[in-house]
Amino acid sequence: MTHRTLRFAVKPLVFLAALAPVGWLAWAASTGNLSANPLSDITNETGVWAIRFVCVTLAITPLRNATGWNPLAKFRRMAGLFAFFYATLHFLTYVVADRFAGLDFPNGIASWTTLEALARSVIADVYKRPFITVGFLAWLTMLPLAITSTAAWIRRLGGQKWNRLHKVVYATGMVAVLHYWWLVKSDIRRPLVYAAVVCILLAFRVHKSLRKRAGEYSIHARRLSSA
Amino acid sequence: MLIKPTVDIASSEITDKKHYVNRRDFLRVAAAVVAAGAVVEAKGAPHGRKLVNVNRAFPRPDDKVNSWDDITSYNNFYEFGIDKGDAGANSGRFVTSPWKVSIEGECKKPGFMDLEDILKGEALEERVYRHRCVEAWSMVIPWIGFPLANLIKKVEPTSKAKYVEFTSFADSKMMPGVRYPILNWPYREGLRLDEAMHPLALMVVGLYDEVLPPQDGAPLRLAVPWKYGFKHAKSIVKIRFVERQPLNSWQQQASNEYGFYANVNPTVDHPRWSQATERRIGEFFRRKTLMFNGYADQVQSLYAGMDLRRNY
Repeated sequence: MTHRTLRFAVKPLVFLAALAPVGWLAWAASTGNLSANPLSDITNETGVWAIRFVCVTLAITPLRNATGWNPLAKFRRMAGLFAFFYATLHFLTYVVADRFAGLDFPNGIASWTTLEALARSVIADVYKRPFITVGFLAWLTMLPLAITSTAAWIRRLGGQKWNRLHKVVYATGMVAVLHYWWLVKSDIRRPLVYAAVVCILLAFRVHKSLRKRAGEYSIHARRLSSA
Repeated sequence: MLIKPTVDIASSEITDKKHYVNRRDFLRVAAAVVAAGAVVEAKGAPHGRKLVNVNRAFPRPDDKVNSWDDITSYNNFYEFGIDKGDAGANSGRFVTSPWKVSIEGECKKPGFMDLEDILKGEALEERVYRHRCVEAWSMVIPWIGFPLANLIKKVEPTSKAKYVEFTSFADSKMMPGVRYPILNWPYREGLRLDEAMHPLALMVVGLYDEVLPPQDGAPLRLAVPWKYGFKHAKSIVKIRFVERQPLNSWQQQASNEYGFYANVNPTVDHPRWSQATERRIGEFFRRKTLMFNGYADQVQSLYAGMDLRRNY
């Protein structure tokens, strides 16, 4: 595949495909094709898509190593930013449908009191309910990664430092899965699938770094013995 | 005379049941993967047989009643799957007629009762009840039924009967959710005898003047509107009178989250979420949840002197 087709055909297509879930949600919500509780559907769907994109992001490097198809690397940032995009939509839906909708409006809806009460309500909830705490934490871990995702930031931090920072995405995966796990009532099959995916991808990474370290060690040992 | 069928297919050619069941599971998983991201479309149950001579004397609340489509497309019925739309989507094979209920335990008239016997002599009435799910959403539902007390009186509980246990139907062939141990099947619920005898406790057989559709717990379910939705046992096949408090399924599953009483109470939070407000299906702003779901005047005397924080 040439650089041009990748940049001007494949990438835009993948971008559009990644937007499909939110497009579908917007269509279904506006035409009454969601369930009788559409706000709950939107909250659940944006959350699940955030976790899916975190998994896709984590899968790209192992997949690249396994297939040797290097252009895959060009999609890693896009996948990560889409994970952040869906997680942000998920968080905003919660803020509006769960927190804002439950407020009292003593001074009318459009007032400073509302904003203050909303902030207090979100903070209290994040503090009080463990599954909300870990969900918020998952979103928070993505924030520095999204901000430093530009080429300018890679240059500013330097490749090594940037790489180290972006390993945080594994923590994002684990915390996000924990959030899903603590949310379900009794059937843990779905969170279990995502937990398994994150574990396998993490195992891949650990295996690779161990092998690398072992390799460095043997080079070091050889150098010592020849000295 | 014994006629032996000739076997012309070698047994080795017959697919082992294990394998074709696996294949079906695979297809189901494949279909689920394809459908991933697609929320089940909210479509209500097809309309069924009309119920006639329904008494409408029971006072209606001011609340706007939820639509047939809302009530029949959005509910928890884990026997059919864990999503709210699963009961509507997967209850097509659920046969609810003929129906027998086993009456057991501390009563003078144990034995099987046909649904017809249960309904004999009962005047059906409409009761528009608020329905509050433990997940903090609610609906207003025009149930059709008769007081549970009438049925209990018919079978004459003995003086030893202090509680009533309800067991729901569970059949993995008709109910795909039962194939997985999401809960300890069959589903069991219970009431104290005085709660069960309360005039608000309703045996439900209909909805909106029609026979109850399968996804809402046909042909016979409970409505106890001052309690969370999970107390409303669906598709009841067994009613047992017992001396000791029975262990209901959700309490067995997670006793720190779900108790025996499960009275709607805005001041006692579920460990993972608040019960102070609820989303009425069809509304954007959340409502304040009312003590005993707004039925405090009628039922609070049942719990006089009880610590409702401990007996959640």
